[in-house]
Amino acid sequence: MKIMVTVKRVIDPYAKVRPLSDGSGVDTTGVKFDANPFDEIAVEEAVRQKEKNPVIEIVAVSLGGTECEEQLRKALAMGADKAVLIESSENYDTLAVAEEFVALVKAESPDLVLMGKQSTDGDNNQVGQMMAALLGWPQATFASKLELADGTARVTRETDTGEETLEMNLPAIVTTDLRLNEPRYIALPGIIKARSKPLEKRPPSSTATSRVKTVKVEAVPARSAGKKVGSVDELVAELSARGLF
Amino acid sequence: MARLMLVAFDPSEVALGHGFASALGIPFDVLLLSGADPAEIGAERTLAANLGDVPPADSIEDGVVAQLGGYSHIASVSSMRSKDHLPRWAAHLGAAMVTDVIVVEAENRFRRPIVAGSMIETVEVSGSPIVMTFRPSGFAKFSPNGTAAADSITIPITDRTRRVGASARGGARPDLTAAKVIVSGGRPLKDAETFERVIGGFADSVHGAAGATRAAVDSHIAPNELQVGQTGKIVAPDLYIAAGVSGSTQHMAGIKDSKTIVAVNIDPDAPIFENADLGMVGDLFVVLPELQAKLAGKF
Ligand SMILES: Cc1cc2nc3c(=O)[nH]c(=O)nc-3n(C[C@H](O)[C@H](O)[C@H](O)COP(=O)(O)OP(=O)(O)OC[C@H]3O[C@@H](n4cnc5c(N)ncnc54)[C@H](O)[C@@H]3O)c2cc1C
Ligand SMILES: Nc1ncnc2c1ncn2[C@@H]1O[C@H](COP(=O)(O)O)[C@@H](O)[C@H]1O
Repeated sequence: MKIMVTVKRVIDPYAKVRPLSDGSGVDTTGVKFDANPFDEIAVEEAVRQKEKNPVIEIVAVSLGGTECEEQLRKALAMGADKAVLIESSENYDTLAVAEEFVALVKAESPDLVLMGKQSTDGDNNQVGQMMAALLGWPQATFASKLELADGTARVTRETDTGEETLEMNLPAIVTTDLRLNEPRYIALPGIIKARSKPLEKRPPSSTATSRVKTVKVEAVPARSAGKKVGSVDELVAELSARGLF
Repeated sequence: MARLMLVAFDPSEVALGHGFASALGIPFDVLLLSGADPAEIGAERTLAANLGDVPPADSIEDGVVAQLGGYSHIASVSSMRSKDHLPRWAAHLGAAMVTDVIVVEAENRFRRPIVAGSMIETVEVSGSPIVMTFRPSGFAKFSPNGTAAADSITIPITDRTRRVGASARGGARPDLTAAKVIVSGGRPLKDAETFERVIGGFADSVHGAAGATRAAVDSHIAPNELQVGQTGKIVAPDLYIAAGVSGSTQHMAGIKDSKTIVAVNIDPDAPIFENADLGMVGDLFVVLPELQAKLAGKF
């Protein structure tokens, strides 16, 4: 059994970021990058499944420039067996990313693709579902629990109103939500071992397309400076003055 | 020809789509997947699929996509459900997709939040159709506008994916995304019983909804569907009261559109005070009960 996990290199989710002064994009000077937190949860889940079932092989994949090797090495250190980087510095929209990964799925034939529900930079929440549609596979997004058994997956997923459990045949795509697991801390031996694991680079399967062009990035207008109140009575008076009741 | 198909998973989303449809300013139809009697928002046609419980995304995509021919725009209210379904339709249509539109600048130019809501990106989309989810709070509120009666259609269901269980919590409180007042609690609420008593009790007394931070949800203090923020619900009430909430970027991403934000925090340096309209330094277990008593009967 093979699990493919996608790992995207994103701006450190805890970093404070701002737009470039000309508004052409996000200013990334001096900003740290990390693996998308939802993807780390996906890697962790794959590793936990492998711990239960050692025949599982885990392949971590990414699309981007050479620098993405860093995040793939992290996935290897967490326990992935091998990594594939589709190397390109071009702009891809979500559907084009999905198409590249679909081509890789066809080459690697995984039984399950585990992915983050969204990238914390683009906040799109699209690629997993698009891949599932292109492949004609079932999907479970926002997963908070995953059980694999002979050819099927049973997934508890978060919904707008609570949660639900889906059962589907493999191959399938599962996208992770925050509560699926807590990714492990990577100890030094894992990092050293990861250096000798295979990391293959291959060119994209077709030319990059982007139907969605960023024309401007702006800071969110700051809320007007707040007021501190000294008592509950003062707070109630302020709320009333704002016409709230 | 530009034409919008507004896809509503249930009737409440039809009214929520009115402002967006007006902002886009092109003729539009409504595809109502479940329920009946949608709001009168001026659609030229309404197609009602009467699905009852909307099945898993992969079970209805072919049937839905078959209804989408000839539309230049396909849009739904942002929700976990629409985010589950719409990217599949976009893939079938070979279409670009834009998530969480908050402003329509032109038929192919939109604004949306990125990087946990810390920045706003303007995107220009080439090609047609364009698939979108939008946040209703950015658009005008519903006002009746006349709608043709709904025509019934049949959307075939394949049962590749089986829904074997579902739990809907929530009870009598208004939905977070619709509530006028929200009271949210964070990690200091300690446990589910305390949360329900302090935050839930306050919410009930102002006919509002209860919300929570991720820290509260992760520690089983509050159920997951109450999480507000980048990866939870995006809310826009008239009044948002955050008690024992530090004010992380990810939490603030979900509450920026609130008209008035009140923060109650014991730490005078908590980041939430930088974004709150009204802040009170104090112990939430003292402040909230007093505030609850003084607001009683006002909402
Ligand atoms: C990818 C990603 C996505 C995330 N998505 C979300 C999201 O959608 N929503 C979300 O909320 N978080 C999200 N987070 C988590 C976020 O970064 C914060 O960790 C979280 O919001 C903190 O929750 P908190 O304010 O309850 O806890 P804390 O940060 O621990 O803050 C508790 C606050 O309570 C105050 N306090 C303590 N005791 C009292 C008292 N008695 N009275 C009054 N005040 C008191 C403290 O001073 C402190 O400010 C996400 C994180 C990541 C990495
Ligand atoms: N360039 C990329 N490289 C690796 N994974 C990606 C890339 N883009 C998107 N993904 C995956 O797709 C998921 C959803 O991304 P998105 O639809 O952009 O929010 C992410 O959690 C990643 O797992």
